[in-house]
Formats: sequence, structure tokens, C-alpha cells
Amino acid sequence: MLQVLGQNVLNALQLGSVYALIALGYAMVYGILTMINFAHGDIFMVGAYLSLAAAVFLLGLPFKAPLPFVFVGALLFSMFLTALLGVTVERLAYRPLRQAPRVSAVITALGVGLFLENFTLAMLGPQPRHFPGLIPMQPWNIFGLTLTPLQVLIILLAALLMVLLDLLIRRTLLGMAMRAISYNRPIVPLMGVPVDRVISLTFAVGSAIAAAGGLLYGLAYPVLDPYMGIRIGWWAFIAAVVGGIGNIRGAMLGGYILGFVEIFTPVLLPASTYRDFVAFSLLLLLLVFKPTGLLGRPMFERV
Amino acid sequence: MTSQPLLTVDDLWISYDRIAAVRGVSFAVQEGDIVTLIGANGAGKSTILRALSGLLPVSQGTVLFAGQDLLSLPAHRRTQAGIAHVPEGRGIFGNLTVLENLRLAAYARRDAQIEADLEEVFRLFPRLAERRRQWGNTLSGGEQQMLAVGRALMSRARLLLLDEPSMGLAPMLVREIFRVIRRLNKAGATILLVEQNARLALEIAHQAYILETGRIVLAGPSRTLQDHPQVREAYLGV
Repeated sequence: MLQVLGQNVLNALQLGSVYALIALGYAMVYGILTMINFAHGDIFMVGAYLSLAAAVFLLGLPFKAPLPFVFVGALLFSMFLTALLGVTVERLAYRPLRQAPRVSAVITALGVGLFLENFTLAMLGPQPRHFPGLIPMQPWNIFGLTLTPLQVLIILLAALLMVLLDLLIRRTLLGMAMRAISYNRPIVPLMGVPVDRVISLTFAVGSAIAAAGGLLYGLAYPVLDPYMGIRIGWWAFIAAVVGGIGNIRGAMLGGYILGFVEIFTPVLLPASTYRDFVAFSLLLLLLVFKPTGLLGRPMFERV
Repeated sequence: MTSQPLLTVDDLWISYDRIAAVRGVSFAVQEGDIVTLIGANGAGKSTILRALSGLLPVSQGTVLFAGQDLLSLPAHRRTQAGIAHVPEGRGIFGNLTVLENLRLAAYARRDAQIEADLEEVFRLFPRLAERRRQWGNTLSGGEQQMLAVGRALMSRARLLLLDEPSMGLAPMLVREIFRVIRRLNKAGATILLVEQNARLALEIAHQAYILETGRIVLAGPSRTLQDHPQVREAYLGV
């Protein structure tokens, strides 16, 4: 019994890590623009496909590339290009609407998401793609728990990225500029800060982290399809709201909570079909009793 | 008199929703001077400062700052060019600490003097040094004003635009802020000061301009204006 629990905790941490990485993108964009970037789930999807493309290319090289090299190559390639995608989307679709009512930007974001889904569909077709295994699968046995190297990698790499992001936001000049923009954007240029560039960098960082999530997700659940960003995007969005939308640490916490909801729903309830019901119920209850999320929006003001 | 003013504003027009708030204002600020714009609420003083720092678009006119066309620069470039605007309400970032507020103001700087300038700000305002790790939104009004001026210093500005630094402060603090303004000026800063407190502003300034509904109605050395009957009646209450 305890072993089943422990095993599920590991699974929940693994899945929660991915949700947390994606939730960060929602939180960062909301924090800086008070806008919900509904295209973010699809940016994650593109990141997953880009990692797949890089991995397949590197595996197909005439010499046999070592797997860690393939993994790092796919990670960097997809983080870089997805960052570029995020910056481009912001530049072309959101920046022209900076002064428009917020609902226009949200509808535009939904449109961008549809575009990314259907563009991928048109380019690659509807059939799911299989993600090659890059990380050895033979499990370790520790205290009766099976732990795969992939699980460890996902949990640790996600944690590392989150710590780095946290440091970026709390310790660097760029992070201070991001927080300042979230507090009082009109005043920020008076500090000599180029606001548009900081917003671009926010999209770049958020998208790159989502791409890392895409690679890790592809390795753990190795089937990609053009619509994968919808469900995962929604779950990550709930995670961001549960933690307190706009709050970076809240998004991380929310991601892990949603990971636990998804893994433990089938354990506690008769079928896994209940998991969306449970997740959205959690969201509704939270919005009724604590509308600002667990860590709250006031914290986001101090990200 | 020096030859070329640091700031030359010529025929400046600024509109909100097609209503002209500033109508053809011209004035100059000599390097090393304190110049004050005085006027009632809605006369257009703050509007002028906001247009100079780039927070508001200008409908017409030219502004030369240190020989360059200021209006062609976006707001953050104007700060980098040497203009620091301490806005009405101070604009402290409540979610940044005192230290972070100061560091952010040096965002565009890449020189080695930043740490030395921080120490200088803390020497000028010991209260800020004590509170350097506190969040901006825990500061009192006076401390926020000190921090706002401190930020302007961190940007190494040649010209400080101060918008109502006395607003909402207790008389003792007002005196202190004005002492600091005078001290900064003695140390070489050029200051364009907007004030409702005409008495204090005229006391400290070298040159003054009186604004009424978007136009300059009187201009001259502050000493002369202090004794001008119209000014005495309308702004000094004597």
C-alpha cells in the first residue's frame, strides 16, 4: 500500500514537473501584461515537435551520436526555436493590440493557438508521431519503488529550470524590470528600461521553458499529435490559476498539485475519466473560496 | 549667461483627446539652473514634464536637449540621454525593494560607478540606507519621495524633472526635500521643477515661468516674480 502510494507520488511529481514548466509561461505573461496567452499550450506542442525533429535528425547522423548529446542537442534546439516563436507571436499578434481592450488580445491568442494547431496538422498530418527513447529505461529499485532514470531527469531538470527562473526574476536587472512592468508599466521607461524588449524577453523565456516541458513530456509520454497542446495547456492554465495567476512560485506549486490530481484521481475514484472533472471542480471551488489562488495575486505583485 | 541652454522648448502643443492642454509654450533651461513652472491645477505643468520625458505625445513643437532633438527619441532613450523624470505620485515600484528600485534606475548604465552612486544616494538619504531591503510599498510618502529623487540620481541625469515633490508631505519633510534639491543643484544638477507651492518654488529657483490654462503668462528671474503684484496676489496669497 505504502509502495503504491510512493510510486504514485513519483508519477505525480514527474507529470507535475511538466505542468509546472508550462504553467510558468502563463504566469509570466499574465504577470507582465495581465493577459492570458491561450496560445501557450500550442507553443508547448510546437516545442515538443521541434525536440522530436532535432532528436530524429541527430539520431539519424551517419556516426552514432551518444544519447546524452542527442538529448542536450534536442533541448537547446527546441528551446531556442520555440523562444523565437514566442517572440514572433508577441511581436506580430499581441504587440499591435497593446492599447486595445484586453478581450481583443485574448481572442487573438485563441486564434494564434488555432493557427499553430492547424499549421502543424497541415504540415505533418493528423497521425500521431512516436518520440524516440533517449534516456535509458532500466529502472532502479529503491525501497521497493521503481524509479527510472527518465523520471529522475524530468524531476531534476524541471526543478533546475524553475530555480534558474526564480533567480532570474528575483536577482537580475532583467527580473527587476519584469516585476516593475507588472507593477506599473507606464513609469518603467523613465528608468531607461526598453519595455518592449523586456516583454519580448519574457515571451522568449516562457516559451523556451515550455519547449523544455515539451521535450520532457515527449520522452515520458512518447506520442505527439497536433492537438496535444489543448488538454495539457488547459491543465497548465488551471495550475497557474490554482497557484495564483501571475505568481511564479504559485505556478510551480499549482503544476505539482495538478500532477497529483491527475495521478491520484484514478487511484481514488473508479475511473481515470473523472480526472478533468476533478481538476475543473478544484478550479471552481478555488475560484469561489480563494479567487486569487493559493499564493494569491498580491504576491505576484512581488513575483 | 552660458551660450546654449541645456533644454530649449519651442512652441510646444500637447493635446488630450483633441483638447489642447498646452498651447504654444516656449521656455529654456540653462545648465546649472533651477527653473520652475508655476500654475494652478490643470494649467499644464505636469503635462509639459510628461511630454518632455516621453510619457505623452506632443502635437507640435520642438525640444532641444543638449543639442539633440528630444522628441524623436522614445521615452527610455530620453532617460539614457540624461533626463530623469520624477513623476507625480513618485512612481515607486512597491514590489521592488528600495535597493532594487535604485538599481533598476541604473538599468541602461554599464559603467563602474554604479556602486559608488548607490553609496552617494544612501549618504544623501540615510533613511533609505536603513530601509534598503524593504519593499517600496512599505515606505512613507516622504521616504518614497527620497527614493524617487535617489532613482533620478542613479540614472546620472543632467536634467531632473521634478513633479510636485512637496505634494502630500508634512511641512518638515517638504523643507528637507527642498534642501536636498538645492544641494543637488549646488552639486551641478540642472532642475526643472513643477510646483503648486509657489512660495517655496520661487525661493529656490533661479528662473520661473507662470502658466495659466496652457500658456505662459509671465516669465523672469524668480526674485523679480516674487515681487510681481500679479504673482503675489494669485500665487503667494499676499
